[in-house]
Amino acid sequence: MTQVDQNALTQFLLRLGDNTLVLGHRVSEWCGHSPVLEEDIALANTALDLIGQTQLWLGLAAEVKGNDSSADKLAFLRDAWDFRNVLLVELPNGDFGQTLMRQFLFDAWQSIMLGRLIKSSDPRIAAIAEKVSKEVTYHVERSSGTVVGLGDGTDESHARMQVALDYLYPYVGEMFLSDDTDAAMVQAGIAPDPSSLRAEYDALVGKVMAEATLVIPDRAYTHKGGRTGYMHTEHLGHILTSMQWLQRTYPGAEW
Amino acid sequence: MYAQMIKTARAGIKTRDEMSDLERDFQDKIDRDIKIEPRDWMPDDYRATLIRQIGQHAHSEVVGQLPEGNWITRAPTLERKAILLAKVQDEAGHGLYLYSAAETLGESRDELTRLLHEGKMKYSSIFNYPTLNWADMGAVGWLVDGAAIVNQVALQRTSYGPYARAMVRICKEESFHARQGYHAMMKMAFGTPEQKAMAQSALDRLWFPSIMMFGPSDAESTHSEQSMAWKIKVKSNDELRQQYIDQTVPQIEYLGLDLPDPSLKWNEETGHYDYGEPDWSEFFDVIKGNGPCNVDRLRNRVKAWEDGAWVRDGLMAHARKKAAAKVAAQ
Ligand SMILES: [Fe+2]
Ligand SMILES: [Fe+2]
Repeated sequence: MTQVDQNALTQFLLRLGDNTLVLGHRVSEWCGHSPVLEEDIALANTALDLIGQTQLWLGLAAEVKGNDSSADKLAFLRDAWDFRNVLLVELPNGDFGQTLMRQFLFDAWQSIMLGRLIKSSDPRIAAIAEKVSKEVTYHVERSSGTVVGLGDGTDESHARMQVALDYLYPYVGEMFLSDDTDAAMVQAGIAPDPSSLRAEYDALVGKVMAEATLVIPDRAYTHKGGRTGYMHTEHLGHILTSMQWLQRTYPGAEW
Repeated sequence: MYAQMIKTARAGIKTRDEMSDLERDFQDKIDRDIKIEPRDWMPDDYRATLIRQIGQHAHSEVVGQLPEGNWITRAPTLERKAILLAKVQDEAGHGLYLYSAAETLGESRDELTRLLHEGKMKYSSIFNYPTLNWADMGAVGWLVDGAAIVNQVALQRTSYGPYARAMVRICKEESFHARQGYHAMMKMAFGTPEQKAMAQSALDRLWFPSIMMFGPSDAESTHSEQSMAWKIKVKSNDELRQQYIDQTVPQIEYLGLDLPDPSLKWNEETGHYDYGEPDWSEFFDVIKGNGPCNVDRLRNRVKAWEDGAWVRDGLMAHARKKAAAKVAAQ
């Protein structure tokens, strides 16, 4: 394995782990409130998978970071500016359609990314990718199926899904931006350049949206600032307020 | 219990002489511990009583997601969050099995849901209490799932086959929940002074509501006799409550928490713990809809259902389109 800057590697792992942590948090907000019992189960299951992935990614980030860091310390004791998730995952749930559209837009990216990370030069990363790719394959099947079902359902469900896509699509581009951290990962053979995933992503999303009879907006701009930590949305602070409350209020306690 | 105060659809028990031939055969089967299966003949009242009981049990699992769901986003570690998510997911799954068991009696999940939303069916009184601190998540698993197990282990021998089998499956998961809940409680009770105070508060608030889950004492329980004869109910409320208290008090002592009821005392003569009567007027208030959370719990469920209408309609419409396209292609 080529020597890689450990700070860059930590940043890269935080990006993966913060995505799953924040999205897992959002999805878990649905517990007991979804449109049908099967969805309560499915959403809890998705959230559970995402939190499990978070334990792996942040666990590895903590290991790389050293200094008795831990997955829990990273999750519960960093402030918003240290989070490295893309903005897409911190956006509010909105209606069920918006939640599932956000899920699909993320699942599609994650499934492609994990397919590449299985070949990572860092065996720890390859092992995690291998381990979680099965559940992510299932997530993308489910979320794409629901997007198709609701997009090509009634007039109302179609309209709602188009609104969701229009709202969320400007956040998609951030997943494909590259910076020095990514360059360091590419050089060490740890991870692909994010931009190299775009064609496959566009093909997958294009196919699903066509089947869902939804129109992908052709706006070129993209919101960004999450994965660099430069500028999150206002929503992240509220997520952390509840997520971190106990750890912050009772420092040092074991739970 | 998860099903409380189930009115048996008939008052009083028929004597053998009053029974028709079909009824006599049915009762013989029950007396010989032969399970009743969906296609078997059964008295209408047996069917109606079971639908009420299984339906209420299912509703309890579903509404039971809410007090625990209340803490998922605030769970203090990733592991605790995962455990809680898995538990809430299991409870929704229990709801699903039980609605399926009710469906074998000819009652649809949609109909039962409608009755719940219109206030014509109930769910367990316990879920009308709030969850106020993190120790409540431990206490709910330990005390509430613990109480559910005591009842449901007995129900594994209930006369209706699909219900008995659902109980076997559900009990395994409930035992796991109770153990995890107790483990979370140990962390709190043996933790910092603040954590111990949370544990004590959770125990004090949830103790009486938990022992009320078994329903009023046998003397006041008017509907039990026929249900016992039909083996829909297998043990009396007081028997189950005593069993639960006997197994739980030593667990409280192990945690080093104060007993939530000063009357709890080991009685050498009876070989059981004596306990103080819960405030039954509170129980009946909660059952009537006047518990601390009744209105909000039901509103939340109704809102989820109404907000989800477009989703259910959309997915149904899509399924119909696909089916039609398939037919057209053939
Ligand atoms: Fe349950
Ligand atoms: Fe349970």
